[in-house]
Amino acid sequence: MCRLSAIISAEYISPMEPILALETMKEGHDGSGLGLMMRSLGGEFEALREYPILSAITTHQGYLTLQDYMQEKGFRVKYRWEPQIKLTPGMKIQKRDRYLVNAYEYPESFESATQAEKEALLTATRLELRAIGERDKVNPPITVFSFWPDVVTLKEVGDPLEVGEFFGLDKHPIMAKTIFSQGRQNTNYAINLYACHPFFIQGFFTMTNGENTAFVPIRQYLESRGNPAYVGYNSDSEVFAHILHYSRRTLGYPLHYYKDVITPLAETETGRRKDAEALRLMRRSLRMLTIDGPNCVIGCDADGTVFMVQDTKKLRPGVVGGVKGKVGFMSEPCGIGSAIPGRDSDRDVYPMKYDFVMVRPGAKEIEVWNQLDGSTSIISLS
Amino acid sequence: MESAGRLDVNHQLILNDLPYVITWRQDRCLRCGRCTSVCPVKAIEPGVEERRIVESAGSTPAPASIRKVVSVVKQSTIVERRCIGCATCRLVCPNDAIEPVYNPANKFFWHANRGGEPYKRGGRRNDPDVSVLDRLKFTRISMLTDPALDAARHEFRVRTLLGRNLPPEKLPLKLSGDGLIPEGMAFVPPVREIFPIRIGGMSIGALSPTMWEGLAMGIAYLNEVEKIPVVMCTGEGGMPARLLKSPFLKYFILQIASGYFGWDEIIRAIPHMQCDPAAIEIKYGQGAKPGDGGLLMASKVIGHIAKIRGVPEFVELSSPPTHQTKYSIEEAVAKMITAMSMAWGFRVPVYPKISGTKTALAVLNNLARNPFAAALGIDGEDGGTGAAYNVSLDKMGHPIASNLRECYLNLVKLGAQNELPIFAAGGVGKHGNLAANAASLIMLGASGVDSGKYVMQATAGCLGDERNRCNICNTGKCPRGITTQDPKLYRRLDPDVVAQRVVDIFLSADKELKKIFAPMGRSTELPIGMSDGLSVADQAIAERLGISYAC
Repeated sequence: MCRLSAIISAEYISPMEPILALETMKEGHDGSGLGLMMRSLGGEFEALREYPILSAITTHQGYLTLQDYMQEKGFRVKYRWEPQIKLTPGMKIQKRDRYLVNAYEYPESFESATQAEKEALLTATRLELRAIGERDKVNPPITVFSFWPDVVTLKEVGDPLEVGEFFGLDKHPIMAKTIFSQGRQNTNYAINLYACHPFFIQGFFTMTNGENTAFVPIRQYLESRGNPAYVGYNSDSEVFAHILHYSRRTLGYPLHYYKDVITPLAETETGRRKDAEALRLMRRSLRMLTIDGPNCVIGCDADGTVFMVQDTKKLRPGVVGGVKGKVGFMSEPCGIGSAIPGRDSDRDVYPMKYDFVMVRPGAKEIEVWNQLDGSTSIISLS
Repeated sequence: MESAGRLDVNHQLILNDLPYVITWRQDRCLRCGRCTSVCPVKAIEPGVEERRIVESAGSTPAPASIRKVVSVVKQSTIVERRCIGCATCRLVCPNDAIEPVYNPANKFFWHANRGGEPYKRGGRRNDPDVSVLDRLKFTRISMLTDPALDAARHEFRVRTLLGRNLPPEKLPLKLSGDGLIPEGMAFVPPVREIFPIRIGGMSIGALSPTMWEGLAMGIAYLNEVEKIPVVMCTGEGGMPARLLKSPFLKYFILQIASGYFGWDEIIRAIPHMQCDPAAIEIKYGQGAKPGDGGLLMASKVIGHIAKIRGVPEFVELSSPPTHQTKYSIEEAVAKMITAMSMAWGFRVPVYPKISGTKTALAVLNNLARNPFAAALGIDGEDGGTGAAYNVSLDKMGHPIASNLRECYLNLVKLGAQNELPIFAAGGVGKHGNLAANAASLIMLGASGVDSGKYVMQATAGCLGDERNRCNICNTGKCPRGITTQDPKLYRRLDPDVVAQRVVDIFLSADKELKKIFAPMGRSTELPIGMSDGLSVADQAIAERLGISYAC
């Protein structure tokens, strides 16, 4: 089973913090992989907020291909970060040729482009690079995870703690205020780095604990919406990121409606909601995106709000807790205990059937939005 | 010397030629005459035969052989009076002395077209083999990767939507603060939330008053008491005016077919209706007899039916094979769907039902482009009917599984898989597996299914089967009183028992659907299009349906 550990903080933190939290939850995962996604970057990246960062893994040949491609597109490398790989004896990690974290300047032709045009360019570039990489299924020359300003993704197969050290994150970390880490490769099927959470699309990302039983109709529905970015789906959990994107970006719904999209209320339950009529229409039209889980989804909105939401039957663990300025979203309380010592655990929130738990950038408090009546409770933190 | 009897009996059939041969045990028979009086086709009759018997009589009895005339039950070898295997004789026999036995080597089809008239019957395609639907298995079982749901404890929403669902991108919603509110829009299609198994169209006329009333009462009970929103279709021929004006109309789908029978009454009742019907089904075809219109024999058109349909009594009512004023799907969609929608102020879903056919996709694509088309009903070759030519029943039509799958996957390509629900029919519950067949079709892409023959068999003991047993719905001599307008026959059928059985089968199907969906981890929504849950032990079927092969 996946183990999830996300921290949103007012200060910059090292990715080793959520990774060490994963270590405390080790009984629940098989140590088969690590997926890291970082946002609100610090250190050398703090001054590079406006430049899109490409996170990828390549072979030597793939690296050359990627360089040529980016050059041809007019992207110029602004800053290059490479992990300081440390492969100690006993590590079971198979090092790949190149791990890329490159910040680029936009092509000159896009200097006066709108934000939407720039976003479209970044997404199209990522998808094209992915397509180039997928031409060789056996030994893909390029694997690209994200291409977006202020977002870095690292993924590798192996024990999460080992992978963290392998990337040298204990000595030379990329600091960030929001870090998602997930401690498992998708071992149900053939190993494929694209199947490793978190999943990213245009500033939105999610990771999920569980099994998405309605994966096929949901995938087909997303694929049929006419958005070229709705591809991949090497993991059934990738749809959660895309549903988030669809609901926020395509439909323009406020964030908490994500809950109403994936776990709609029954017709008989909407009476206490002011927007009951809208819910009735949504439930019909978005029927194909209803999930049954069991799923605990931890996501990050494009505006930086981190949330946790459960399927209707709440068959997966999940807890949110912390102190003012630092909140953990984890699959188990022991993870928060290790990452954020000294918190008042009485204020921990275990999202249930109707809860949508949010923490906004700055991590001052925990908001619990109740789907049944549309109210929000604030859990203040000390 | 001339022979005592004629040996020239050519052109007469023998019992070996007949599909069912009566086994009669003279030692058990009481000669009460019940079987011969109840036989719907007069296949058996009282007779006498000279028999040699051994008798011992007198004060010093000694066995002696004597010849005696005894009464017997005789089976006719006239084609028109062949035994249909209904076994009503066995039903009424107090001593279990008689039963029909199927004769697989019969020659009936070589002789059924007497008078140059092809063989007509009721029922459905006579193919007793395991159907494709029954070969499908549910193989994606939650095992450790995800906890199986509990069919008895978890909350399940076994409901579907009948009506056109707007694509999310076109929903008339706008932001108000941090919430969404509807904004004015010219037309938001009407949608009904219903149970995914419906009772398919069977008309007042095809069905006896007691049968139809029993179904209707069962439907009302399911909705009002059990709160399970099961709906039923009227078939072609309308409804009694008092029902049209009743609060129960909302549980009925009014069907309009090429004969337009019953629609004068319906239109006259519109101003007096307390509620809207569940939907309007425009029947363009029937799976059982594609390309044929409805057929109601003159003998069945009795008083109340003639009144509902607005026709004289005892005239044969054969609907044309197609709506005479429409010669294309475009025209049909443009005229009929719009006209029907207008009649109820666009508050009622209106959708066409077609026979399963290779051209279903063309119909579907037209509907996908029409904002008023609420759904598409596809009735496959295993659908049933009250009256049709045997050749239509046995040889015409398209199986439902691949037809549905093709249509659903086409909607997926268009992104309209939720916009235009498909209702599949034709052999649902053919071998008694109502819920499993329904679940299979839903997972292939149907939003819901229709069932007719299963309902008749389960609620009223319809005797028909795929070995051509009974199947005389067209003659008005239904031995169970289901498809007859003869009071002597339909009084055998207690409408309250029918209603109770309707409730039984839907409560049970509801439970069985949950037992299927729970291990597959689907409860909040129907597993529409969840084809990864299905497998079949046949490579060709798996490939055609786009499901996995498992053996």
